[in-house]
Formats: sequence, C-alpha cells, structure tokens
Amino acid sequence: MMQQAPALTIAILLLTAFWVPIFGMVKRESAYYISLTAMFFSFLAACATLYAVVTTGPIHYRMGGWPPPWGIEFVIDYLNAGVLVLISLISLLTTVSAKKSVEREIHRSKWPLFWSLYLLLVMSLMGMTETGDMFNMYVYLEVSSLTAYGLIAMGEKGALMASFNYVILGSVGASFYLLGVGYLYIATGSLNMADLSKILPSIYRSKVIFTAFAFFIVGIGLKMGLFPLHMWLPDAYTHAPSAISTLIAPTMTKVSAYVFFRIILTVFNPHFSWEVIPAATLLRWIAAVGIIYGSIMAIAQKDIKRMLAYSSISQIGYIVLGIALANRMGLIGGALHIFSHAFAKGSLFMVVMAVIYKTGIRNIDDFKGLNRKMPFTMAAFCLAAFSMVGVPPTAGFFSKWYLVLGTVAGKYWWLTAVILASSLLNAVYFFRIIEKIYFSSFVDLVTGGSGGHEHHELPAVAVAEAPLMMLVPILLMAAGILAVGLFNTQIIHHLLQFIVPKGLA
Amino acid sequence: MINRYDNLIIEFFCRIIAAPLFLFGVYIIFHGEASPGGGFQGGVILGAGFIMLAIAYGMDFTLRRIREKMILFLSCIGVFIYGGIGAACLLWRGNFLDYGKLPLPVDSVSAIRGLGIMGIEIGVGLTVMGVMISIYYDLIDPGGIQPDMLSGEE
Amino acid sequence: MDFIVSKFNYWIYIIMMMIGFYAMIAKRNLVKKIIGMNIFQTAIILFYVSIGAKKGATIPILEAAHHAKIPPESIEVAKYINPLPHVLMLTAIVVGVSVTGVALALIILIYRRYHTVEEDEILRQLS
Repeated sequence: MMQQAPALTIAILLLTAFWVPIFGMVKRESAYYISLTAMFFSFLAACATLYAVVTTGPIHYRMGGWPPPWGIEFVIDYLNAGVLVLISLISLLTTVSAKKSVEREIHRSKWPLFWSLYLLLVMSLMGMTETGDMFNMYVYLEVSSLTAYGLIAMGEKGALMASFNYVILGSVGASFYLLGVGYLYIATGSLNMADLSKILPSIYRSKVIFTAFAFFIVGIGLKMGLFPLHMWLPDAYTHAPSAISTLIAPTMTKVSAYVFFRIILTVFNPHFSWEVIPAATLLRWIAAVGIIYGSIMAIAQKDIKRMLAYSSISQIGYIVLGIALANRMGLIGGALHIFSHAFAKGSLFMVVMAVIYKTGIRNIDDFKGLNRKMPFTMAAFCLAAFSMVGVPPTAGFFSKWYLVLGTVAGKYWWLTAVILASSLLNAVYFFRIIEKIYFSSFVDLVTGGSGGHEHHELPAVAVAEAPLMMLVPILLMAAGILAVGLFNTQIIHHLLQFIVPKGLA
Repeated sequence: MINRYDNLIIEFFCRIIAAPLFLFGVYIIFHGEASPGGGFQGGVILGAGFIMLAIAYGMDFTLRRIREKMILFLSCIGVFIYGGIGAACLLWRGNFLDYGKLPLPVDSVSAIRGLGIMGIEIGVGLTVMGVMISIYYDLIDPGGIQPDMLSGEE
Repeated sequence: MDFIVSKFNYWIYIIMMMIGFYAMIAKRNLVKKIIGMNIFQTAIILFYVSIGAKKGATIPILEAAHHAKIPPESIEVAKYINPLPHVLMLTAIVVGVSVTGVALALIILIYRRYHTVEEDEILRQLS
C-alpha cells in the first residue's frame, strides 16, 4: 500500500467529499466528523509519501498505469513532498479548529455542502502539488478556484461581491495559464512536465516559448496574488467565513507559489528563466514593490483580517524575491519562506478566528488588553507575529536570513535594504497590535465599561479562553512555527537543497 | 418558477421526443468506450431531456419525477462510482484507475479496460445529468438559497 | 497580408479574446461581465480546436470496427487530425460551464441582496 500513498492522498478526500452531502441529508452533524476522519487519513497518506520520498528518492506515480508522455503521472520529489505534508497538516488543524466557528457563521442547512466543498478544495490543492502534467494542473487549479468561489461567497456582507470579483480575475488567470499550456503544446506536442523540460531547451529562442512563459507568469501570479495582480485577495480574505480565511490564506497562495517554483525551475530550466529572458530582473522589481506596498497597506488597515491579507501580499513578495534572486541562498530562502509563512499566517488567522468566535472583535483598536481574557491564544499570536517580523528563533527569521544572504551573494544591496525596511514595517503593524493586547487595559465590549484606569490596579478579568478544539490547533501551529525555525537546517538538508539546480552558486 | 404553458403542440412534441432522447442519451453513455460519445455527452443529453420536460410541462411535473435530493444523490453517487472503480483497482495491486487489473470474467485485458471505462462513463453520466438539472433548478427557483441563509444570522 | 491570412485562426482568437477581455474589464453590469468571460473562454477553446485541425484529414476513428484486427502499419497517421487538443477542450468546456454556473448563481444572490446587477450601484450600497 505504501507505493499507492500519492494516489490515496487525493482519492480519500475525493471519495469522501461526495459522501458528505449524502450522509448530511440524514444527519447534518455527521458531515463534520466524516470530513475530519478523511482529512486525518489523507494526512497519514501524505506523511507516508514524504517518508517514501526521503528514504527512496522521488516517486513517479502513473495514473492508470499509462507511461508518462501519454498518461498523467504524479511526480513527488523533495520540494512537493514537503509542501504536500504542509498543506495536509495545516488543513487538518484548520478542520479541527473550524468546527465551532463554522457552526456559528454558516447556516445549518449548508453544513454538508460546506464540508464537501472544503474537502474538494483541499483535494485540489494537494493535486496541484503532486501532479506532473501541465493540463492536469490546470484542472486542479480550476477545481480549487471553483470551490474557493463557493466557499468565499458563504461569508458575511460583501462576500458576494468579493467572490464575484475573484471569479472574474481567477478565470482570467486560469485562462492565461491554459493559453500558456496551449502555446507549449504547439511548440512541443507534449504536456508532461518532465518531457517538456527535455524538449524545450532546443527551442528556447522561439517567440512562442517567450509568450507561453509570459502567460504562465501572469496566470499563476494572479492566482498567488503577486503584487500588481492582487486585487481579489484582500476582499476575499476579509469577507470569507473565518474558517475559510484560515484555510485559504496559508495554503492556496502557497500552493500557487510552489507551482511558480515548478514552472520556473522544472518546466523551463533556470538558464531560460534567468538568462534567455530577463524575467528575474522584472520579478525582483515586482517583488520589491509588492513587499513594501503590502506592508504599508497593512499598516493603514483597521480590520485585522484585511491587515493580514495585505501582509500576505507582502509575504508572497518574499517568496517571489527568493526565486528572482537566482542564486542558491535565494531559492532556499524562498522555499523555506513557503513553510514559515504558511505556519505563521495559518496561526494568525486561527487566532483571529478564535477571537471572532469568542468576542466578535475584528477592529484592531478593540484588541486592548485581550491577553488577560485569552492568554494562550494571545501568546500564540505573539509568536506568529514575531515570525512574521523575523525574530529569532522563529521560522520567519531563518527564511528572511537566507533571503538576505541571497541578496548579499548577488550583490543586490537595495534588495537587502528592502527586506530590512519591510521587516521594520512588519514590526510597526504587529507591535501596534501587541502593544494593544498586552499594555492597554481591557475594555469589556459587552458592558461597555472600561476595565480600569491606567496607574490604578488592574481589575481581574475573567479568563475566557477559546474552546479547547480551537486552542489546541493554535498551540500546535505555534509549535510548528518554532519547529520550522529550530529544525530549518534539517528541512533544508532533507528537502529544500534539492531544488537548487546543479551548477548554481 | 416556470408554470405549465398548456400549449398542446409543445406538449405533444415533447412527449414524442422525450423517450427517444433519453434512449439516445443512454446509448451515447454506453457507447463511449469505443466510439465518439461518453459519459459527459450522454449525461448532458439526459439532463437536457429533463430540462425540456421542465420547460414544456412546468416545474411541478418535473419535480415530482426527479426531486432535488434525488439529484444531489445522483451527482454524488456518480462521482463515487468513478472514484470507487479507480480505488478498487488499488485493491488488486494496480495503480489508481488501472482497470486492466480488475478481476472481471472477461478474457482479454483490453476488454476489461473497456468494461472499466464503461463503468466510469456511467458514473460521469449520472453526475453530469444531476449537475445539469440542479443548475437549472437553482437558476429557475425563486426560493432556494436566501441571502440571509448564507451568513450566520438566523 | 499573407501574415494575416495564413494565420487567420490565431487572429480570430486574439480578436475574440480581446472583445471578451474588454467586456470583463470595462462593462459595469455583472451579467455583461459574465458574457465577456464566456467569450474569453470560447476564444481559447477556438484556439485549441484550431491547432488540432489539419487540412484534408478526418476524425481519428478507424473505419473498421474496433475489434477487427487492423495491422498498425496500414494506418496512415497523417490522414487523421490530432484529437488531443479537442479532448482537452472537452475538459475546458466543462470547467467553463461550471465557472459560468457559479458566477450566475452569485449574480442571483447579489440581485436578491442588493436588487441590482450594476456594479456602481452595489459598491455604493456597500460603502
């Protein structure tokens, strides 16, 4: 069964996703537990895949037993095995913590369909990670977008327009990706990634290939919310149900970032992406502007979900910057940032979900003194915020450290300055909240009365922690941030060092 | 909600067309593995048949024959047939969707593959039919999902 | 002139795509945006279908029944068009239909909540 693990990660979720509405017709509450079980087994299969990859090397899984250039194959190598486990772990933890929030924010009659779409979304994200076929990637990309449209639309007021804008922009992105695949198919007659990477080098000067590359960059850039193409992202994250913000913020853009890596490094080789056309120079500029823009916009926000969404745009900039640095340290930093940002953003959104569930607070100004009400949750928030800013020994510090080493190695001093400036800006908007949480007196929103005056003895505020089902995943995610930070050398040694192309300094 | 037209010509012709249309849809589904056609096309024809009946005879007539829960059930069961056949191949040490490995009482591997594909076409056909009808019902239905049902306020 | 005539399929697809793109970007009515999106997707389908076509070739179905034994060397590959792009488009059509379905469902919900499908009006109500 071990060699079937790559297919099982997908098949379990796919098969369960369509039983959920049927069981949901009988008993609505069962939908959640079935989904949770499926996520758990899928996570086990993902772990088995990772184990197989680390011990025996990359896996080529042929769908239906057809040989690769004709059949569809799943290729799991070191990078995507890591991303696969990351996706399934974070979505499992999100599933655990989302139960109460979903029960409050989604109407009862919609639970089975909600969980069905949720499973399909995770399934398609895992499929995007695993597949080794360009067109198959397009199908998974569209399945993930379609489910995300539906899930985002279930949110509060304004979610419908956010979702509609995402439909328009998302289908433009996917169509551009599809056109890119078409151009590659005209030029090579193949859709398999490994096959393409063998055929393409002989025709790198062709204009068709240039066009295809440009379509890919724009299409995937739209999906991952790269700076000038990010218009859908803040609205979608803000208005989606909290559980869905928590799911898509750490996973969806990260998977798209992984696809970006895959297309630039595997389908086209680095020689093409960095030397034949000067994509790296362009991407460096875009990434730098995006990093600064996202941070500045985040400072200006009042709504915490919107602030985190803008911060996501800035963090996507870091990942793209890692690719665009075009050297060993930069690539490793960019790839590690996928992991560190996924954990940090995941736990931040989980904390926000818990806070919204417990108190209904969304405005940053209302976070005053929340540490006395929810001490553990706020500690996790602090840790995640430190990771976003880049305080050692959290994960964010190490990925930023590798990125800075990359800028130094490439002698891009202005990019070093951009990373440092952005860390400072991150510090501004996170420490603003942390200051409110820890150093302001608690204002009870319910009674409207102030919890005490400064200089006076602070009154005791009853600890009202988030329910255990939310608290445990939050703490596990916070532990994940520390783990990625402390074991970053192991992660790089076992998984990420292999993405660096041969002969790259 | 579409009401009955009470137009004799339309109803008469729909009555004549309906049965051959459904038969044609089933024929296309079952012929998919060896010739043009297949689950998607056949499913669309079957779905179009129901939509035609809904237009000609009104929604009540159609809803009595195929209810929304039934449609949801069909859509889900179709995908389950597809995935189930794929996953069944895992039990006989094949890869996912490797029908050649299924222990069916047919002599050649290509015939087993044909049967496997046919099973999958049936699943696809059911799902596509269900989804077509359900999209139509949802677009037509003035009730259905109310905006306030989307958010939590009850 | 030859540049345009000999590659007319690409020109048509580009023109159609730009029409759709214009409607998606510039129109303020949500239904018109969806129509634009459909034109956009149809243009891509046209592009794929045209790259699979070949002059003087026929559909890739062997005339004899599939169980009759035909020696593979007697099949002239050049006489048949490439079916793969068409099959890919079958999937893309399904995807396009689903996207349209989701978008129309969203428009219905938007209309029920805001009683209009004009974007300006909705944004005014939202702010």
